[in-house]
Amino acid sequence: MTDLIQTVDWSRAQFALTAMYHWLFVPLTIGLALIVAIMETIYVRTSDPRWKGITKFWMTLFGINFACGVATGIILEFEFGTNWSNYSWFVGDIFGAPLAIEGLLAFFMEATFVAVMFFGWNKVSRRFHLASTWLTALGVCLSALWILVANAWMQNPVGMRFDPAKMRNVMDNFMEVAFNAVAVNKFFHAVFSGWCLAGVFVVGVSAWLMIKGRNNDAARRSMTVGAWVGLAGIVMTLCTGHGSAQQVSRVQPMKLAAMEGLYEGSRGQDLVAAGILDPAKKPGDGRQAMLFSIDIPKGLSLLIDGTTDRFVPGIDDLIAGRTIEADGDTVYSTSYADRIASGKLAIAALRDYERARKDADPKAMAEAEATLKANFENFGYGYLPSPEDAVPPVGLTFYSFHIMVALGGYLLAFFALVIFACHCRGGRMASKTWFAVVAIASIPLVWICSQAGWVTAEVGRQPWTIQNLLPVNAAISDIPASSVQLTFWIFAALFTLMLAAEACIMLRYISHASKGDITR
Amino acid sequence: MKAFIHRAYDMYADGFRSMTVGRKLWALIIIKLFIIFAVLKLFFFPDLLKSGYPDDEARADAVRSSLTINP
Repeated sequence: MTDLIQTVDWSRAQFALTAMYHWLFVPLTIGLALIVAIMETIYVRTSDPRWKGITKFWMTLFGINFACGVATGIILEFEFGTNWSNYSWFVGDIFGAPLAIEGLLAFFMEATFVAVMFFGWNKVSRRFHLASTWLTALGVCLSALWILVANAWMQNPVGMRFDPAKMRNVMDNFMEVAFNAVAVNKFFHAVFSGWCLAGVFVVGVSAWLMIKGRNNDAARRSMTVGAWVGLAGIVMTLCTGHGSAQQVSRVQPMKLAAMEGLYEGSRGQDLVAAGILDPAKKPGDGRQAMLFSIDIPKGLSLLIDGTTDRFVPGIDDLIAGRTIEADGDTVYSTSYADRIASGKLAIAALRDYERARKDADPKAMAEAEATLKANFENFGYGYLPSPEDAVPPVGLTFYSFHIMVALGGYLLAFFALVIFACHCRGGRMASKTWFAVVAIASIPLVWICSQAGWVTAEVGRQPWTIQNLLPVNAAISDIPASSVQLTFWIFAALFTLMLAAEACIMLRYISHASKGDITR
Repeated sequence: MKAFIHRAYDMYADGFRSMTVGRKLWALIIIKLFIIFAVLKLFFFPDLLKSGYPDDEARADAVRSSLTINP
């Protein structure tokens, strides 16, 4: 048991490490592709050669980031096969289809048009080159779409049925999987956050060029494009983030409760704007959850369905199956203990089904299958030792969510400031040292914000690999913890090395290229 | 068609010849792919179900055992 827990923890840590490393590059690729496409569009429309030089400068940075990030995501697929073999079999063709489409369609689209982008200057017409740049940007987004479709299915499994003979899920409705509401929202949230991240990157690098007195005109032009893309990105990220919270309240209410550190919900529930959780707090112990908090009255109820008196369940309410109705009555429905009992019935039915299949007893097979089907929505709960095991790590979920929201608010103010700096008082503010310090310091902050978003999404859904159907302790392979530990440290060393090499290439290029005239 | 292939080949050939930062990036990509596929995949990340069981039925049985015996 101890070894199983260690294997689960190390495998989760390894997956988190790999995914977070991969996500350092993806949002910058998504956002820079758009910014480069906009810059090239201005060049084609105005025929101003300075825009061609500016486009090439940022396109090279896009290329460096693209090359650094390429193939880092494939390691996640290796981990599925080795560390998460039960999971990878159980998901069946549902995960395979979006990933295959991603590989075939989006990857080849990117690969073809990226080549035209970099090698096609003076080889193809200006309009064809511009089309290739836009198609690269589209391809990058399509890549993200199919990965996020796969991820969203894990958060909200739809469009499938479980086949007990094959022991895997079979896709029933591709459209339901592809247009899963969680996937659509998640896709736009991720893409817009990429615009925001790339906007900060462009503004930060441009500010550095300006205080160094290099390529002032090009830096100012780049900063303006970066700021507008970033502002559009952060506004839409906030809107889709709001949509995401509403979806989480419907399909993953436990995640929402953990995001807010909410144990006992109420009608007209307050929203925690900032706070410190009591680290000793446990579900059902009656202690106050927060040591200190600044609340927005009725904010959470308002956030999730636009009304101020909506009941929002907390962790203890969800475990007990408790709801407070409009008339103030407390009503109990399915508790987590009931779900665990139902899940155990489903697992027993699966065992009976197999026995009946081996005995060639169709009647017993049908009975077992009916029991399995009736309890399948709680299948995963059967692997949880107690209801409290369905609670994600509250501290990590709460703090990562609030860090993301706080930084999101900061970025909105930051882009408003940058646009003011670019367009007012002849743009003099943009060349001030304090402005450059703020802009450069914002570069790591936007990455922290982006990573905190994924930590909220993925830690908040624990213990599930597939929501309600397969917890991490059942999804794991039967392998020793020591082997996962070994590969974890190999990855940690390798990723650190690669990141250092990649950062060096990027910084050296920025420094070297900006010594000359980048508009040429 | 021939002209198109010739132009495409020409674009790639010229592009690779005139690379500057790109050379370093290709070296980085090749080293990275080598480490990922020839080292990590080969020695550290076997697909346990694919390599350990002869067919899908055996794989399904293995997962079933794992998920239903002493869950």
